[in-house]
Amino acid sequence: MKKSIQELEAIRNKTIDHINLRSGKGGYRVVVGMATCGIAAGARPVMMRLMEEVQKNSLVDVTIAQTGCIGACRLEPIIEVYSPDGSKVTYIKMDEEKAIKVVADHLINGKIVNEYTATTIDGKVVDPEMQ
Amino acid sequence: MSFIRSQILVCAGTGCNSSGSATLIKDLDKELKKHSLSKEVEVIRTGCFGLCELGPVVIVYPEGTFYSRVTSEDIAELVEEHLVKGRVLTRLVYHETIGDNKTISINDIGFFKSQERIALKNCGIIDPENIDEYLAYDGYKALQKVLLEMEPQEVIDTIKGAGLRGRGGAGFPTGMKWQFTKNAQGDSKYVACNADEGDPGAFMDRSVLEGDPHALIEAMTIAGYAIGANEGYVYVRAEYPIAVKRLAIAINQARDYGLLGDNILDSGFNFTLDIRLGSGAFVCGEETALLNSIEGKRGEPRPRPPFPANKGLFGKPTVLNNVETFANIPSIIRNGSDWYSNIGTEKSKGTKVFALGGKINNTGLLEIPMGTTLREIVYEIGGGIPNGKAFKAAQTGGPSGGCIPSEHLDTPIDYDSLIQIGSMMGSGGLIVMDEDNCMVDIARFFLDFTCDESCGKCPPCRIGTKRMLEILEDICAGKGKKGDIERLESLAIGIKSSSLCGLGQTAPNPVLSTIRYFRDEYEAHINEKRCPSGVCTELLSFVVVEEACKACGICKKKCPVDAITGEKKVIHNIDQQKCIKCGACIEACPFDAIVKK
Repeated sequence: MKKSIQELEAIRNKTIDHINLRSGKGGYRVVVGMATCGIAAGARPVMMRLMEEVQKNSLVDVTIAQTGCIGACRLEPIIEVYSPDGSKVTYIKMDEEKAIKVVADHLINGKIVNEYTATTIDGKVVDPEMQ
Repeated sequence: MSFIRSQILVCAGTGCNSSGSATLIKDLDKELKKHSLSKEVEVIRTGCFGLCELGPVVIVYPEGTFYSRVTSEDIAELVEEHLVKGRVLTRLVYHETIGDNKTISINDIGFFKSQERIALKNCGIIDPENIDEYLAYDGYKALQKVLLEMEPQEVIDTIKGAGLRGRGGAGFPTGMKWQFTKNAQGDSKYVACNADEGDPGAFMDRSVLEGDPHALIEAMTIAGYAIGANEGYVYVRAEYPIAVKRLAIAINQARDYGLLGDNILDSGFNFTLDIRLGSGAFVCGEETALLNSIEGKRGEPRPRPPFPANKGLFGKPTVLNNVETFANIPSIIRNGSDWYSNIGTEKSKGTKVFALGGKINNTGLLEIPMGTTLREIVYEIGGGIPNGKAFKAAQTGGPSGGCIPSEHLDTPIDYDSLIQIGSMMGSGGLIVMDEDNCMVDIARFFLDFTCDESCGKCPPCRIGTKRMLEILEDICAGKGKKGDIERLESLAIGIKSSSLCGLGQTAPNPVLSTIRYFRDEYEAHINEKRCPSGVCTELLSFVVVEEACKACGICKKKCPVDAITGEKKVIHNIDQQKCIKCGACIEACPFDAIVKK
């Protein structure tokens, strides 16, 4: 069907969001630990929920990627949120509910969800519930 | 559309296709389905990335992991590791991209680093069969600008200002060509595209057609508007099935979106585009022969003048440009002539695409700013010569060009400097030769090609190239006579000055340039009956080095003509009468006891 200039522009904008994956997006980058430990602890549903929420809220700048074992298997599922400036926040023992909150608070409003983050005591990462 | 977290780009250019990328895509789809990943991971087929040597090439985004030489057997592991578990499958990653425990972006590897991509800007990045992806990368914005904001003369002035010259080889200024055609009188005019890429080893145009066909459509429509033509033809060789298919898909999509056809973007401008298939005659890459072929006549050149700008297709004024020339047009319109004329050298602006082949590590497709030296191409982008051999010469311009020897490695590559050193830009084939290549044999090879491809219309080309070929064959066979070099030179000058078309006028170039730089090799062949590089079999003899021979009998078994005699513990001997110089014994000998002399 013949397209007007406005319609062509709309196609451009819609497609660029889609292919930005290949040129690097400007926004947050969420990395989900998906090694055997992460998968066993339930990383997959967390990632699916993250993707769903990002999609639902049209966060076109957000990249969701997988990574291997982050190293603290007992704290899985772990997700790490990288800001565009390169700083990183690590969330541990994630579930679907927590994923929804991370998207709403951190990815949308830029507010770190402190209660899900890893805590370090004497250089060791500890379980927040143990504090 | 659901959220896609990862995209797998698989090269579907001809190079990777023939190394199996089509089955790879099928296997990927199957594996993704098996792991229920089809909705979150997308497989996209793209055009040529340029590194054909490493094909099939697969890139996984968002990480940008560059996998090379991926086979069907690797797919299950790749999906399991990278896409299910998020671990990079290091054994398949292109080695140069693995740094200290981390993979670097493909843009940082030597092959891509020095390149500047304008004509190939979308190749390997977009899905060529999806017009939306082309649109997303500023596609058809140049057409929009031209139709709605510019007068035809402004378009031509922009191209003139950019200093773009024809990428087919001769380097005629594109803006001038368009101006002549615009000024020519005619009730109808045509735009034609020469996609009859025929130089052995060249595949620049094919890659643009396969990787970014919409760029050509957009550019030809712009050309039509600039010169006042409403019809265009793309003459492409039938041996490029993938290119033809993708171009046809692209034309249909553009038609569907109203970017071809009547009243494009409500500007009142009409333009249609058709494909004409060539059957692969080399002479049809010559402009007047090409026009004859589109008209359905025999592919023979016409005398010029009249030039196609005045009397071209069906006797009407016609603009005929090469694919790569057109591929530069949309970027020039979008970014302006100053942007383009700032790239390159004083008289050769912009970039040039080269198909790098021969004795080189990174065989493939590259685009570099004019003025880059041959040394940078060979040693930085090309990754040097395999097996530590020495560079001998680079051949540019295919059968119309010449050889550039090592003393000219630092010449900046542009139209004029190449002509000065006896070669030419040509369409962009660049064949690297090392010490094992015999230059007389190379000259013979190219002349054999042009002699075979001569259309036969004019005697200098038809008969002259044949005579030259006979002399060269004699020299290679050890029957060279004193005075042969001079005879070749005099024939060459005659053919160059009296042939009807570019084919004959340039056919002697490979001979002249090899005589110019490697006269000693010709003389060795003629006077000493010796081929210094050990290529011309008639001038070689295979002999056993007695001290090294262990009389094991392996070569004797391998010899297909039973030319080797000798028993256990009796040193072997090769009967020169029977020997056919196939080299099987050299390969078989475990002690390197057989040598070519």
